Amino acid sequence: MNLLWLIPTLPFLGFTILVLSSGRMSRERARIVGVGSVALAFLATIYIATQYYAAAAHGLDHGAGFTVSLWPWITAGSLNLNFSLYLDGLSLSMLFVITGVGALIHLYASGYMWDDPDYTRFFTYMNLFVAAMLMLVLADNLVLMFLGWEGVGLCSFLLIGFWYKDPKNGYAARKAFVVTRAGDTAFAIGLFLLFRELGSLEIQEILHLAPENFEMGGNMPTLISALLLGGAVGKSAQIPLQTWLPDAMAGPTPVSALIHAATMVTAGVYLIARCHPVFLLSPIAMTMVASIGLITLLVAGFTALNQWDIKRVLAYSTMSQIGYMFLALGVEAWDSSIFHLMTHAIFKALLFLTAGSIILAMHHEQDIRKMGGLRKQLPVPFWCFLIGSACLIALPPTSGFWSKEPILLAAWEADPIFWYGAVFGAFLTAVYTTRLMLLVFFGTPEGGIPKTHEPKGWQLHPPLIILAGLSLVAGLFNLPAADVLPHAHEHHPPLWVEITGILLPVVGIFIGWQVFLKGRWQALRMESPAFDGLRKFLASGWGFDWLYDILLVKPFMALAKANRNDIVDLVPKAVVVASSQCYYFFSRGQNGQLRFYVATMAAAAIMIISLALFT
Amino acid sequence: MTAAFIYSLMFYFTAAIAVLATLLMITRHNAVHALLYLIISSLSMAIIFYLLGAPFAAVLEVIIYAGAVMILFVFVVMMLNLGHKSVEQEAAWLPAKGWIVPSVLAALLLIVLIAGLGEPENLRGVHLVGVKEVGISLFGPYLLVVELASFLLMAGLVGAYHLARQTTPTPKFDDSGTSTSKTQGDEA
Amino acid sequence: MIDAVIIDHAFILAGILFCLGLAGVLVRRNLVFVLISLEVMLNAAGLAFIAAGSAWGQPEGQIMFLAVVTLGAAEVAVGLGLTLLLFRRFNSVDIDQLNQLKG
Repeated sequence: MNLLWLIPTLPFLGFTILVLSSGRMSRERARIVGVGSVALAFLATIYIATQYYAAAAHGLDHGAGFTVSLWPWITAGSLNLNFSLYLDGLSLSMLFVITGVGALIHLYASGYMWDDPDYTRFFTYMNLFVAAMLMLVLADNLVLMFLGWEGVGLCSFLLIGFWYKDPKNGYAARKAFVVTRAGDTAFAIGLFLLFRELGSLEIQEILHLAPENFEMGGNMPTLISALLLGGAVGKSAQIPLQTWLPDAMAGPTPVSALIHAATMVTAGVYLIARCHPVFLLSPIAMTMVASIGLITLLVAGFTALNQWDIKRVLAYSTMSQIGYMFLALGVEAWDSSIFHLMTHAIFKALLFLTAGSIILAMHHEQDIRKMGGLRKQLPVPFWCFLIGSACLIALPPTSGFWSKEPILLAAWEADPIFWYGAVFGAFLTAVYTTRLMLLVFFGTPEGGIPKTHEPKGWQLHPPLIILAGLSLVAGLFNLPAADVLPHAHEHHPPLWVEITGILLPVVGIFIGWQVFLKGRWQALRMESPAFDGLRKFLASGWGFDWLYDILLVKPFMALAKANRNDIVDLVPKAVVVASSQCYYFFSRGQNGQLRFYVATMAAAAIMIISLALFT
Repeated sequence: MTAAFIYSLMFYFTAAIAVLATLLMITRHNAVHALLYLIISSLSMAIIFYLLGAPFAAVLEVIIYAGAVMILFVFVVMMLNLGHKSVEQEAAWLPAKGWIVPSVLAALLLIVLIAGLGEPENLRGVHLVGVKEVGISLFGPYLLVVELASFLLMAGLVGAYHLARQTTPTPKFDDSGTSTSKTQGDEA
Repeated sequence: MIDAVIIDHAFILAGILFCLGLAGVLVRRNLVFVLISLEVMLNAAGLAFIAAGSAWGQPEGQIMFLAVVTLGAAEVAVGLGLTLLLFRRFNSVDIDQLNQLKG
């Protein structure tokens, strides 16, 4: 366990090497450093996992973890923080996701970005991101986690705006950063409150102190949970801080796969799972978590139905699936939530990478209206996309099925409303996924089936195949995090609930097939002009962008414009003005006139003599 | 009429003349008049010195001040032609408004100085200090004062000579633009 | 020794003359007049020395007066030399013209 520090250090080392090479490295070397660092981190994770399981077999406490303290970090008053890493089942699960899926995505990206002139810069940022994310999940205290939190936010900004020469990408990057910043502020305030109330910021200590110091349902745990939830909502792109995720698709596809499908957006889920004792103390907060998840998954589902950009469909799909994770957290199905996090990471990364292959083959065309009938020309992407879609729809026996079903059942246990919403969301998922599948790979678009060219690079196919295989069998693995999180209650819902949960997605597939391939029930497509307003509303993510623009952006810009001359700057300017006025005043006393000098001498003599005489 | 009374009378009378002469001196427009008043002022100072029991200083004042220094001034006034030809200029340079600030400053200084005099102390008589005493003192403990005075005078002599020397023709700054250099010892 | 309380008045006289000379220096623009007023100030200082020497009955007062007079003479000599230079340069003896060192 002493080598735990290797895991975040290896990608950071990769980052350092790439930064210091400052573009002088050849692409082959940069590829080796960039991909190799994450791959080595994955091997280190496997090694650590063997050590962990060996210790567990020797009778380790269920749910206990290992702390590796690296060095004393902050000492200020009563605040004593070490730079220490904590490993238990939960963080081990996250480690596998980050390093495993991350390594595969890095490998894919080394082929995808081969023609890009900023190859080295890409892997610099990607490695830094992986290092920050690993720090986030391995942190033993909340401040170190916040360090990782901010680090991933920064790398997200850098990577979304990777092609910075196009101002739209810069705008999307800024939007992502600012929106998540709002969440980060809530997170920080929550940290301050935790420190003030409990006197410590170490996670394990907090989790022990919280039930002792807070009363169930009290104001303080509700407030703290709400603030932590605010941070989670920002990072995980849930309502109301979800507006950045669709625009974040402006970045390269591997970035979307790694950051906005597999890892960063799951940081919020990890935070809530980690701090679950605090959340359990406040039923109101738990309801908030579940409600936010439910609303998001429905809103995102409706919106995904109306998108024409393949990456935006997948982005809204991600938003929706994370809504499922939040819903699971809110109904106390902790292990299901983390399990869904893991399976989602695998199949969503698969879907994104496949979409990347399609985009490359289509000469960087992302509009699905221009695609169709591609299954003959792109066989490997076709089968991988098919498997990924099956997981997304949660068809048995894929891993998606094994992770989503417990969530539905737990939702029924908590409140039937949650179940109705979740099941309808599953239906929508099926419909839009089928729509995507059919429009891209089947049928014939106007203008004929487009010509594609097979992208070169041996790195592009193996990650897809590995991920596809994993997403099929991942349902069989036992979750290492199961011992950390409290066990969900045994579910005994009525049979019809279980049956509906399995069958409704199939109904969705059927409807999608009929509407989008066979062309029946065209009225359902609601393409007549009467529904224009509704379609615009749904397609824009239910108008959140417009709302925020009016409420927040425009007043702020007006304020900034009014403050053009910077009122706050007047304070330092006043110093400058005062000193220059003094200068002008005194420099008038040097006029070169002899008599003036004599007069000043006389005046000074008067003053000095009177001073000497009268004091 | 005691001797003290006559003595005081003489002292105050001479003092009044000195002050009046100085006052008149600084307000004259004609330079020669001012110099004459300065001579009167110096002579009255000499009398006061004599009355204060310092005959050596009195004679010194007459010889050096009223004699040599005044002559120097008169020479320069002659050279610069500052006699009645420049009266209008002087009058122009002395507006009534210009007297306010100097008068105020001088008055303030006077008040401060007199306030600083404080209570009269025990030694308030006038002692006669004769020439012999001063001479012995000058050749004895204060020999270096004499030497230093001679240094100073030498420096003044050389400096004055050097400054006032005319070797190269210096063009005069006048508006006509023609350079009328009336200098001694210049070559064409 | 004469017991009349005169010494203080001699000092007062010296003060008055000094301040008159100062007023003369401040108010006149002609350099020659400035030098004349300066002479008056030196004179007044000399008077103060003499008066003090007389009060103490010591010759040091007159010796200082000697030094003061020497100083005055040398200063006048050099000052008048400078006046001549000024006149030659600017064709006027206005000291207000000598303000090139301003700023």
